[in-house]
Amino acid sequence: MTALVALVVALLLLWLALWTVVARDAFVAVAGFVVYGLLLSLVWVRLAGIDVALTEVAIGGGLTGALLLSAVGRLRSTEVAAWSERSGAGTRAFAVLLSVGVTLVLVLCVLALPDPAPTLVPQVVQNLPATGVGNPITGVLLAFRSLDTLLEAIVLVIALIGVWSLAPDRFWGGRPGPRYSSDPDGNLAYLARVLPPIGIVIGLYLFWAGADYPGGKFQSATILAAMWMLVQMAGLADAPRIDNRWVRVGIVVGPLVFVAVGLLGLWTAGAFLGYPEAFAKPLILTIEVALLPTLVLVLALLMNGPPSRGGAK
Amino acid sequence: MSVETLFALCACALVGIGLYGLIVQPHPLRKLVAFNIMGTGVFVLFGALAKRGAAAGMAADPVPQALLITAIVVAFAATAVTVALLLRLIEATDSASLANDPLSGD
Repeated sequence: MTALVALVVALLLLWLALWTVVARDAFVAVAGFVVYGLLLSLVWVRLAGIDVALTEVAIGGGLTGALLLSAVGRLRSTEVAAWSERSGAGTRAFAVLLSVGVTLVLVLCVLALPDPAPTLVPQVVQNLPATGVGNPITGVLLAFRSLDTLLEAIVLVIALIGVWSLAPDRFWGGRPGPRYSSDPDGNLAYLARVLPPIGIVIGLYLFWAGADYPGGKFQSATILAAMWMLVQMAGLADAPRIDNRWVRVGIVVGPLVFVAVGLLGLWTAGAFLGYPEAFAKPLILTIEVALLPTLVLVLALLMNGPPSRGGAK
Repeated sequence: MSVETLFALCACALVGIGLYGLIVQPHPLRKLVAFNIMGTGVFVLFGALAKRGAAAGMAADPVPQALLITAIVVAFAATAVTVALLLRLIEATDSASLANDPLSGD
């Protein structure tokens, strides 16, 4: 029975992917992509990755979907012109051949995978107690492979700098996106008043529970960023100016604290990002608490885009 | 066939579908969506490998799973930068065409 469900999910996923790729209308394609993201989270549950499923729903489907949908709205005018440039039959035939070839090579690789599969579970089980956290994913993200997480936080900040750099000179230092307004007694404004308190509690719970159960700072930060976007879109608050000192401090505080803890490890544990065993849990918590504002700010500001009004004072 | 093999094979097809869209769709936004599908194909393949690594009471290997979380977040950041680039391109040239160099006339 569960195998049948898995087969149906896999076929639906392929059909949706194909639909998204060949659909003529860009809006239809993006809507298909959002549904595809939700379905994908079912695959993650089936593959025993609850943490990954939460991230996929929140970021892969939710944030990416919202970003693409807002882009589609602003790209409407260019769609017809692009359609006239569509590839000829020769290119399409070549693309089919290439895609089928790549798929076949991958299938051969999958079928040739070694059995039993290589695994790092025994090392994780053996070393997890030393970190003081119960969720192995959090242990990997912040202890065993913390260098990856540090670089990821830095990549996020660099991505935000990249987006901001696209602002025309006259808007530099101003606010991103349009100033949203909505009926103060309407549904959206009502939702934007009622949902955030609940969303903030759920977000902070996911953050705290992430030490021992599925969840963590990424999923939590996405929910908090989404609440902030909701308040902005309902016109209850405006996006911050990008030259605001506190915004900038919040953006860099996570990576800086992370690097500081890493350097501390050099001195106390003999390795960059090493934790002395007795202080592993408090140090991991320090990093997580410092990363949270960075992640919330960066995710929300990436959604907002480059500054587009009210330049230098 | 085990569930992880099924999804691993499904992932191979997703990579192929994404690659096809990346080549044939002329609009950059559509290429971006197709590229994201290709990326999720790689993620699912990696996730299936994580499930194969199940051992010692854990349902899957947490090391590749943690890397997947990192990958999903970085993919979002890259998508956001691409969307911003695309919107700027249209602002500057009134066209989303990649056919020739629209800035060469300046």
